[in-house]
Amino acid sequence: MKGDFITTSFNHVLGWARKYSLFHYPYVTACCGMEYMSAACAHFDLDRFGAGWTRFSPRQSDLLLVVGTITQKLAPVLHTVYEQMTDPKWVIAFGTCAVSGGIYDNYAVVQGIDKIIPVDMYIPGCPPRPETVLDGLVKLQKNIQHQKQDWRWKK
Amino acid sequence: MEKIKKDLQQKFPEKIRKMYSDYGDDVLVIQKDALMDILQYLKKSPYDYTMLLDLTCVDYMREEPRFEMVYHLLSLSNRHRLRIKTRLPEKDLSIQSLTPIWKNANWLEREVFDMFGIQFKNHPDLRRIFMYDGFEGFPLRKDYPLRKRQPRIPLKE
Repeated sequence: MKGDFITTSFNHVLGWARKYSLFHYPYVTACCGMEYMSAACAHFDLDRFGAGWTRFSPRQSDLLLVVGTITQKLAPVLHTVYEQMTDPKWVIAFGTCAVSGGIYDNYAVVQGIDKIIPVDMYIPGCPPRPETVLDGLVKLQKNIQHQKQDWRWKK
Repeated sequence: MEKIKKDLQQKFPEKIRKMYSDYGDDVLVIQKDALMDILQYLKKSPYDYTMLLDLTCVDYMREEPRFEMVYHLLSLSNRHRLRIKTRLPEKDLSIQSLTPIWKNANWLEREVFDMFGIQFKNHPDLRRIFMYDGFEGFPLRKDYPLRKRQPRIPLKE
């Protein structure tokens, strides 16, 4: 046969395409937002890993970054935001508060966002260093590559 | 400080319970019913406490009277801070609202109402400010259960 070509599985290609085109929606509520900005901007640069495109609308994004403390008052809002995102979608719990409630074990704070929505990757730290964030992102991308892709158009 | 003390004791006899200095600030303990008169008097010249810095409440459970309202005043012209305290018994949790004197008392008093359940008389809009509708109880009271949660949506285990 003439020309160059490769053979691969469709699942593999879809995973590769999806992991490098993550549009993320930063749901920033607390001080972790500073660390998110640092990780997203030029010094550390999420964009190097194909996840730099921040969409400020959940309807256009694939990756929900829950950055900071989620209070009981905010819980329905976070749930609505998650519901608004189109499939396929992933969630990162960014920082100890989003992971487990952190130091705020009190009447006001939800003890981890996994009590409200499913979470794909937990990034610990108070706040996490940008390197930790990048590590979490790369690990999530690895998971996306290897997960069974749902082909929604295939009946 | 001595001047204020003398003047107030002359002006409001029986209403000043104590006056002392604590950690560099002067503290004035007064009777609840004289709150409006004394603060209105202090806001005017020559004391000129034009700024209400903060207004909060402390729950001294098992003491009587149980609640203590704390007001922090600042005089910009005299460069002086004054802390004013007054006690509220649990049976009568009402106190005059400071909104006619300082506008910023509005939200501060709503916060105290939200967290401690103190009733402010003549407040224009006394409703919760932090906690959501349907929240029961007052979370900063010492008898609010430590582990009590009131989620707005059902939470997963």
